[in-house]
Amino acid sequence: MASEGADKKTRREFLNFFLGGGFTALLGAIFYPILRFVMPPAKSEAFGGSVAAAKMGELSPNSGKIFPLGDRPGLLVHTAEGEYKAFSAVCTHLSCTVQYRPDLGHIWCACHNGHYDLTGKNVAGPPPRPLIEYPVTLSGDNVIVSPSRGA
Amino acid sequence: MRFFSAVYGWVGERLNLTPLVDLIKKKSVPAHRHSLWYYTGGMTLFFFAVQVATGILLLLYYRPTAEAAYESVQFIMTEVKFGWLVRSLHSWSANLMIGALFVHMFSAFFMKAYRKPRELTWFSGAFILFLALAFGFSGYLLPWNKLAYFATKVGTDIAGEVPLLGHSVMVFLRGGEEVSGATLTRFFGFHVAILPATATFVLLLHLLLVQVQGMSVPPALEKNPNRKSIPFFPHFILRDLLGWLLALLLLVVLASIFPWELGEKADPLAPAPAGIRPEWYFLFMFQTLKLLPAEIWFVPGELVGALAFAVGGLLWVLIPLLDKNPTGRWGHWVSRLGWVVVAYMVAFTILGYLWPAGK
Amino acid sequence: MSRRVRIAGKVSQMALVLVGILVFRAEADDTCLECHLQLEDNLQAPALQIKTDVHYQRGISCAGCHGGDPAEVDPESSMSPSKGFVGTPKPQQIPSFCARCHSDVEYMKHYNPKLPTDQLAQYKTSVHGKRLTKGDTQVATCISCHGAHGILRASDTRSPVFKTNIPKTCSSCHADQKRMAPYKISTSQYNDYLQSVHGKLLLEKKELSAAACTDCHGNHGASPPGLSDVAGACGECHPSNRDLFEKSPHKEPFQKARLPQCVVCHGNHKVLPPSDEFLGVSEEAVCVRCHRPGSKGYEISASFKTLLDSLKAVTEEARQLVKKAEVAGVKVGLTKFDLKACEDAIVRSRSELHSFILTDFRTLVQDGMAKAKRVKQASLVSLEDLEIRRKGLIFSAALILLLCVTLWIKIRKLDSRKENP
Repeated sequence: MASEGADKKTRREFLNFFLGGGFTALLGAIFYPILRFVMPPAKSEAFGGSVAAAKMGELSPNSGKIFPLGDRPGLLVHTAEGEYKAFSAVCTHLSCTVQYRPDLGHIWCACHNGHYDLTGKNVAGPPPRPLIEYPVTLSGDNVIVSPSRGA
Repeated sequence: MRFFSAVYGWVGERLNLTPLVDLIKKKSVPAHRHSLWYYTGGMTLFFFAVQVATGILLLLYYRPTAEAAYESVQFIMTEVKFGWLVRSLHSWSANLMIGALFVHMFSAFFMKAYRKPRELTWFSGAFILFLALAFGFSGYLLPWNKLAYFATKVGTDIAGEVPLLGHSVMVFLRGGEEVSGATLTRFFGFHVAILPATATFVLLLHLLLVQVQGMSVPPALEKNPNRKSIPFFPHFILRDLLGWLLALLLLVVLASIFPWELGEKADPLAPAPAGIRPEWYFLFMFQTLKLLPAEIWFVPGELVGALAFAVGGLLWVLIPLLDKNPTGRWGHWVSRLGWVVVAYMVAFTILGYLWPAGK
Repeated sequence: MSRRVRIAGKVSQMALVLVGILVFRAEADDTCLECHLQLEDNLQAPALQIKTDVHYQRGISCAGCHGGDPAEVDPESSMSPSKGFVGTPKPQQIPSFCARCHSDVEYMKHYNPKLPTDQLAQYKTSVHGKRLTKGDTQVATCISCHGAHGILRASDTRSPVFKTNIPKTCSSCHADQKRMAPYKISTSQYNDYLQSVHGKLLLEKKELSAAACTDCHGNHGASPPGLSDVAGACGECHPSNRDLFEKSPHKEPFQKARLPQCVVCHGNHKVLPPSDEFLGVSEEAVCVRCHRPGSKGYEISASFKTLLDSLKAVTEEARQLVKKAEVAGVKVGLTKFDLKACEDAIVRSRSELHSFILTDFRTLVQDGMAKAKRVKQASLVSLEDLEIRRKGLIFSAALILLLCVTLWIKIRKLDSRKENP
């Protein structure tokens, strides 16, 4: 009789242990995702605000770089005089992606030979409107483009 | 274990916990063949708790403006760690909460739990139902996708058709004449501040009433002297816990097999896509309004429908006062009416889903 | 009525006017205006119009062109040939009439240094000018387009030669069937132009850079472009296509066959938005107008179309997948960005094909298709996330189920203990 009682007791202890362990695991499985969730991801500004278009020193003078501005392309230009300028890289003619031409010293669209000067103004070819220019700020190591405060 | 008893002792020296502990130790819950329905209230509460927790987490990243709402939900689903999970749980738990709420309400109805002295519990429950539907309607707009936008438009349009006050109510809800960013901000305010604050009070009242008055027993079993019961702690509590675990299981399975989609961003200038309909819990009403003739005795059909629902809803809330003789013939007829209501709601919900888009 | 009576009538009319002027002394310095304002119909009209005239506003009044003495009240002396009065110039005289000032470079510098002074020289090379010299008085002269007395600057939106008014001005003769019949020139150009891309851009969207009649035909030196000058004319706005055409295998054969370059496929006045169906060997295609089935040109035309179609098809598949992923709520940001490069490739191909060099085109298209395939791949990888999550959550569900079972056992045990303490 006593051994049966002892048996029952150990079984009960085992059950309680299993139960306790299971619940602890469940709590862990709940709190782990919560903890990961509340820590912000690396890419904290995904929309609207500002984008780090390039690092300082990444672009030599008289060169340009296409970078993602949300899901549209943007163009960052490091002029020969050392100034940074940023534009929407969507050509106002038929939406091709424009590029910076170091040999011309200004912006060009390969699709139908459209030309824009460094103020974004459409100066030759089919584009009917200028490119939108965005303010550029240098912050620490980064060249930041702010499309939400664009012209 | 020793740690817990030490803490309990420390608190016991400062607060008189004895009455509370005694209550819990002595409290018992009836056990009979219908007592399984007792757990439905707790499951609704569980889903609500999930909503509060996941809702607070979503609040850390969500932005309530037309320009950023969709993108912020997209951000949560694609960039935030486990964001997709929190979002999917929130959307699913909303539906399951309302589903459990309906089951709970109908089980209380058919068991006539609303009879004296529990009328207040029924009234507070009715208020909770209204709050839950308001939570659902306001929350649905927040992702600012196409379906949400048009469902809100249709829903508030219907509200606007009520005579006299309708237009003012519609403008109040929309924050203007049309559904816009103003509506979104307003619905966000309802959803995360006004409704939770109100729900906290009403829920606490509802739960307090249940704790103080104890569980109601179906009329037939009331007279039985050999009524069985089980101790609240630990037997009923553990069963409640099992109920919650099963609810969690259902939630997890649904969130993984049918993950909630992001949809397409709302475009107020685009025409409404075909087959717009509200969430399932409004569907039976929506389908009824669709089937009503354009005019009934010179009154617009939709208006007749809306008023009928209002009157019906009011009667439903006042059931404790209207069911004069719950144990007698009157009570029988009330129950039968209840079955008709259930059948109608189920039938028209199914019909709403089967109805071809664009009609 | 006898001649004497008529003259007497006119003189007394003049006398009355004279009295009127002397009495009212409205504009003592310009009697032409004062007098002509009191007259009727087409003698009065110039006086009414002159106020808005750019010449008048710069101080050149009636006498400035017609001669005469605006200080003299008496018509006999104010309109006297001795005072330089030349009266109404005849049509053949009009170009040189205007050119007296407008071709005088030094004179024009005083009024508008940047206004060109070659209009007469240009006009002499034009079809209008040549025909006028031969005695055709029906053709356009300066006043046909610019007006005579209410001449506005070309930059004035009300001017008949302001960009958006040019088609209407040209068509006032060129759409007149009766007028054009003797020359056997079609009169459908204006109607055609209204339906064209250029017409719609200029007249509906007010896009001033769109081509009007004068952009291709010239204004003062108006004539249809030479058969081998068409690409040059179109190329002023479409330089890429001009350059591509110039190096294409079409250039020489077109020249030999006296075909008008761009016009062959795109038309001249009724230039419609080109559709991808222009390309290829179907019924609507322009290639098969020349290239017979079985010929090398036919094969190449078909290849061009097939390549373009494949690029479009793959890009469309990529677009659908990206949309599917986005709607489902998985990562698409950079993929959408890459998808744009594919769409750019399609736009570029439609332009680049004008060189009709198959190898170049194939390279461009294949490059675009490779990009589209990468976009598809990336979208599929993103969508796979959904599967991974599904599997992960099923695992958690299994765990919860296990816990439920354990709890159930515990409950049963508790119950039985309660019943059998």
